[in-house]
Amino acid sequence: MSTLSFGVSRGHVELLQFLRDRTAMIFTFAFPAMLLLLFGTIFSDSYDQPGVSAAHVFSASMIAYGILTTAFVTMGAGLALDREDGTLKRLHGTPITATSYVLGKLLLVAFLAVAEAIILVAVGALVFGMSLPDASHWLAFVWIFLLSVISSSLLGMAISVIVKHGRTAGAILNVPVVALQFISGVFIYPVIQLPSWLITIASFFPVKWSAQGFRYVFLPDGMRVNEAAGQWELGRIALILGAWCVIGLVLCLMTFRWTRPDQ
Amino acid sequence: MRDEAVEVRDIVVRYGDTTAVDGVSLTVPRGRVLALLGHNGAGKTSLLQVCEGFRRPDSGVATVLGLDPMGDHDALMPRLGIMLQSGGVYPWATAGEILRLFASFAATPLDVDMLLDRLGLRKFERTRWRRLSGGEQQRLSLAVALVGRPELVFLDEPTAGMDTEARHTTWRLIEELRADGVSVLLTTHLLDEAERLADEVVIMRSGVVAATGSPAELTAAAGIDLLEVRADPGLVPDGRLADLKVTETTPGEYAITGALDAAAISDVLGWFAGAGAQVTAVNTRRRTLEDVYLALTTEKVYR
Amino acid sequence: MTAIEVRGLRKAYRGHEVVRGIDLEVGRGEVFALLGPNGAGKTTTTEILEGHRRRDAGEVRVLGADPGTAGPDWRARIGIVLQNTEDAADLTATEMVRHIAGFYPDSRPVAEVIGLVGLEEKKNSRIRTLSGGQRRRLDVALGIVGRPELLFLDEPTTGFDPEARRHFWDLIRTLAAEGTTILLTTHYLEEAEALADRLAVLAAGQIVAEGTPATLGGRAQAGARVTWHENGVARTEQVDDPTPLLRKLVAADTDLRTLTVTRPTLEDIYLNLIGAHR
Repeated sequence: MSTLSFGVSRGHVELLQFLRDRTAMIFTFAFPAMLLLLFGTIFSDSYDQPGVSAAHVFSASMIAYGILTTAFVTMGAGLALDREDGTLKRLHGTPITATSYVLGKLLLVAFLAVAEAIILVAVGALVFGMSLPDASHWLAFVWIFLLSVISSSLLGMAISVIVKHGRTAGAILNVPVVALQFISGVFIYPVIQLPSWLITIASFFPVKWSAQGFRYVFLPDGMRVNEAAGQWELGRIALILGAWCVIGLVLCLMTFRWTRPDQ
Repeated sequence: MRDEAVEVRDIVVRYGDTTAVDGVSLTVPRGRVLALLGHNGAGKTSLLQVCEGFRRPDSGVATVLGLDPMGDHDALMPRLGIMLQSGGVYPWATAGEILRLFASFAATPLDVDMLLDRLGLRKFERTRWRRLSGGEQQRLSLAVALVGRPELVFLDEPTAGMDTEARHTTWRLIEELRADGVSVLLTTHLLDEAERLADEVVIMRSGVVAATGSPAELTAAAGIDLLEVRADPGLVPDGRLADLKVTETTPGEYAITGALDAAAISDVLGWFAGAGAQVTAVNTRRRTLEDVYLALTTEKVYR
Repeated sequence: MTAIEVRGLRKAYRGHEVVRGIDLEVGRGEVFALLGPNGAGKTTTTEILEGHRRRDAGEVRVLGADPGTAGPDWRARIGIVLQNTEDAADLTATEMVRHIAGFYPDSRPVAEVIGLVGLEEKKNSRIRTLSGGQRRRLDVALGIVGRPELLFLDEPTTGFDPEARRHFWDLIRTLAAEGTTILLTTHYLEEAEALADRLAVLAAGQIVAEGTPATLGGRAQAGARVTWHENGVARTEQVDDPTPLLRKLVAADTDLRTLTVTRPTLEDIYLNLIGAHR
């Protein structure tokens, strides 16, 4: 009878419903892998660091992409759909709190993000020969992953206020998602190629820092010269992602409504 | 011009292993109202779909306004009005836009404004479909079915979700249609609706016709009247009432059925008096269509 | 001890007043029916009582608490049966009942609830595959699984065939016998008559009549019309209480098969009330 147990119960149900939606499954898992295969094969940049190919870079950066898309769609479109089909109305009539509901969605995002990360790393390692990191880097992966999931999810939920109908959610949310991908060094790498004012804008958002963190985990240390500041900036990554967790939480609490305001 | 608006003979509809309609025949004469009753899953919707030309029967023949509903679909559609039970409309269009659109499909449509007023939809003219309540959507669906001035109308649960007044307005509208010579085939769960509107009632059960006749025929054929008495609770009938069925439906409310001739009624009242009971109400009524229906469909079939 | 207490309730949408000062009282264990045309404010009032909508003015106490500020403990004591639901299409009925049951401290066993509403046949089917009537039954199950002290039913038998409706009435009577307070809205006067201890009619945002099914709108005073055949001639008499007349007719050896005793139906009374308040 606690917020946590209710949240886990919601997570279980969210997962069941996701797994039973075949189309969603295919797109969620196949799409990032497909993109990675495409980009990895098309772009054959090489860097001063030997043994590192563009494909390796993409493998790492795209984990951030996967988290962002999944988080925005699950939270944003998911929330709009739940409002439309009456899920929120039903839950509002039970003792569950908003926190538990959000927690349930977070758990779903986490599960999906882990699955996507596994697929991306597997493709990177098996298809493109990316080498796997050591224990200390895996540790960094864990906290970077968690902070990325939470910050992206909360942001996705807060943004969903602009989405009025589940039908159009995908289209609307894709705008910020794609925009962020491009300016955050996920598809355009090294990020120095972008005008510096664009990089500055991107630096306010979590995606650039997530991608940077994942590159730290999976790429050899020498690659840091290709980053915006020439360093991995782990401390700053933690700070900014952490700040976005807080901002996201505040925005969520401010904007979450069980029912649409009076029609 | 054939006499029947709808003629259905030995229709069978199957979905895989399930037989939804198992040899059903019925006729709707021109200018008459036929009410199709039955529990959910009895086959009413499938039968209706065959008549509307949306489904091909596995066997049997359906003739609508003298035509084959599937084969002559294009020729038939302008002469029919079909009220769908749910959806099938553009959710983002307004009520007025939807009705005017369907009016534009017809050669000689009814006046849209008149229909909107009659069905109490005027104030929703600029409201989008998805914002309308269930009852309002029903009324609009009815308007859409009628706007083309059809000769034959299929109404699927026409007053579901409507409030009492709207229901009565709709009944009056349907009665006017019949007076104008329009034929109506409707399905309903409201027995009072069937009793009021129908010239002919067909009760379906598990894919077959369980009974057919006019409401008067069906209730008279049941032959048994019903005596309702409100008195002290817990009374036990004595030997005089052995031929009658006395049920205490709720504490203090007695329903007495059986061969209720004059002597029997006298016995009943005498029993109450003899038991020293305070009789506070007496109601005699003929069996209603609902009583007949429930008696015919007593097996609990949940679909 | 009242379950629901409302004084001076008001609510407006976009400057249009939908609820215009309502007073209401529902006692513990009562079955109370709220009637009225669509747009009269029934749904808004119910939603305010359920805590789904904020009110503009007035005092509301439901099970002793203000629904606008009540917390999860209060929510655990009420049950809401929704209508027109489309959620959880990919879960099975059992999974959904179990999920919702988990939110309540003292829920009914899942199997028991499924049985009560008659969904055994479909208990492991995806909710997507349920017919409209089965969906409604699931909605009922989800509303009662938490063993609520107060149950809200909004037009619960719309789309039910007559047997399903009767079965549902039995369920409601069982719940009422267990002491559950029930607030129901309905368009079927027969249903109100069968279930309600008391009822109120809402029209244009105000309560225009209140009473029991027997007394609403002066129904008890409306008397009865007795008709019978005497020597082949139809006779009719309007009386307050038909019983003495009936005894007289029996004693006079009248052919009682021609006898009818009619009182205005609840529907007649209701339509008169609504018509008078246009």
